[in-house]
Amino acid sequence: MYPPPFRYHRAGSLKEAVALLAELGEEAKVLAGGQSLIPLMKLRLASPAHLVDLNFAPGLSYIRPENGEIRFGAMTRHAEIEYSEVVARIPILHDCASGIADVQVRSRGTLGGSLAEADPSGDWTPVLLTLETEVICVGPQGERSVPLAEFVTDAFTTVLAPTELVREVKVKLPPAKSGGAYVAFKRSAPVYATASAAVQLTLVDGDVCAQAAIALGGVGLTAIKAAEAEAALRGQRISAKTVEAAAEAAMRAADPQPDMRGSVAYKRVLIGALVRRAIDAAARRCRREQVEVSHQYA
Amino acid sequence: MPEETERIPITVRVNGKSHSLAVEPRLLLVELLREELDLTGTHIGCDTTYCGACTVLLNGAAVKSCTVFAVQADQGEVLTVEGLAQDHKLHPIQEAFAQNHGLQCGYCTPGVLMSTYALLARHPNPSDAQIRKAIAGNTCRCTGYQNIIKSIRAAARGIEGS
Ligand SMILES: Cc1cc2nc3c(=O)[nH]c(=O)nc-3n(C[C@H](O)[C@H](O)[C@H](O)COP(=O)(O)OP(=O)(O)OC[C@H]3O[C@@H](n4cnc5c(N)ncnc54)[C@H](O)[C@@H]3O)c2cc1C
Ligand code: FES
Ligand code: FES
Repeated sequence: MYPPPFRYHRAGSLKEAVALLAELGEEAKVLAGGQSLIPLMKLRLASPAHLVDLNFAPGLSYIRPENGEIRFGAMTRHAEIEYSEVVARIPILHDCASGIADVQVRSRGTLGGSLAEADPSGDWTPVLLTLETEVICVGPQGERSVPLAEFVTDAFTTVLAPTELVREVKVKLPPAKSGGAYVAFKRSAPVYATASAAVQLTLVDGDVCAQAAIALGGVGLTAIKAAEAEAALRGQRISAKTVEAAAEAAMRAADPQPDMRGSVAYKRVLIGALVRRAIDAAARRCRREQVEVSHQYA
Repeated sequence: MPEETERIPITVRVNGKSHSLAVEPRLLLVELLREELDLTGTHIGCDTTYCGACTVLLNGAAVKSCTVFAVQADQGEVLTVEGLAQDHKLHPIQEAFAQNHGLQCGYCTPGVLMSTYALLARHPNPSDAQIRKAIAGNTCRCTGYQNIIKSIRAAARGIEGS
């Protein structure tokens, strides 16, 4: 299958990419890992007249810990994050990176591309919503830093102007005694999850939850921050009862669409189960237990 | 949409041999290999980034060549299934698949072999979990996967032993 014809522009630098986008306007799209864009073009669901390829621009792929945060270059591939020792210190990021699609897609797909694509079933948005994440965007007017919660506005929609691109993603390191987990449920590797739950906790004095962040993927037009579920845990001891209250609140917060992956009722029950599993794994990680979780299969 | 077809000059090393040619931007890497370079060992299965039959190594990483533009392989290094055997001698991975019934119809096999190659480059002694994860992006309609896994285990031993 051939994608529709387009003009190819190889950006030699970030500056050149910004200049090309400004010059070419709405007819142009950025080409990052191509793992969403190329399939869409082959199916003729996208037909940009121009592609600005970021793959040859140096300095856009890095994982840099500094000043209590980790900075990811927009072109950092899922696989680089999967194998990063820096990232291994924040297990929820590793859970996510190592479970996206399959080896081949992870070799190419990028963090910046995933956030820009804003697929409602994408894995990065729910995960990064549980940490303090800023998306650094750059365009002809210069740079701006947008909190992730404001960056994604709707399904497949972000605040990015057609002439803007994502340069960097900045993630704040969680405080001591924190642990997180990401559990996604899918039918096979090379598909998006049916639903997913991201949980990041801070436990003090035994099992009292000082901080809780819970986000749900695949059960709304965008990832959902489950505030009520977080409140059910905050200030409480992690117990069967509080976990159940959080799971039930998450089920109420979910707003799933019926599709070939399942009915509304099914996805709601699924999200409850995923939240329970993710809280359990996150709490155990707060206690420094080694827990393996990632994407789970039907 | 552009009126006349633009062609971009690229230089790619495929299986150690350098090729310089001019390609349409929309040409996919798999088409470059099959149509322009006559390397038809790399298969097209789904053509929708699912099945992994088109898997090759691009700069050492396993990729689905139906989902990479040929222009993006410019200045790069590609390894396809044709590059595995040396001097008419099968690669230990191929040998292991032949010995362990790791293939039946063979349609998925070039992709599975390249995924195996990438796995063993990173983990010469993989666990079963690592093996399963490494071939999660390769669909096989014949074998039921058990003999593929067996073959990969044997390949790891074979390479270690050689
Ligand atoms: C078979 C398959 C299964 C998949 N499964 C999953 C999954 O389970 N979970 C998951 O999260 N993802 C999944 N993906 C998607 C994958 O993670 C993609 O890599 C990702 O969504 C897009 O990233 P990319 O770098 O490939 O972007 P591209 O495809 O290159 O671009 C996607 C869009 O974002 C724009 N864009 C890209 N980079 C930038 C930038 N820096 N600034 C501004 N705009 C930009 C492009 O113009 C385009 O519109 C899957 C993909 C495939 C093919
Ligand atoms: S042909 Fe490329 S993934 Fe199926
Ligand atoms: S051997 Fe026939 S598809 Fe795998």
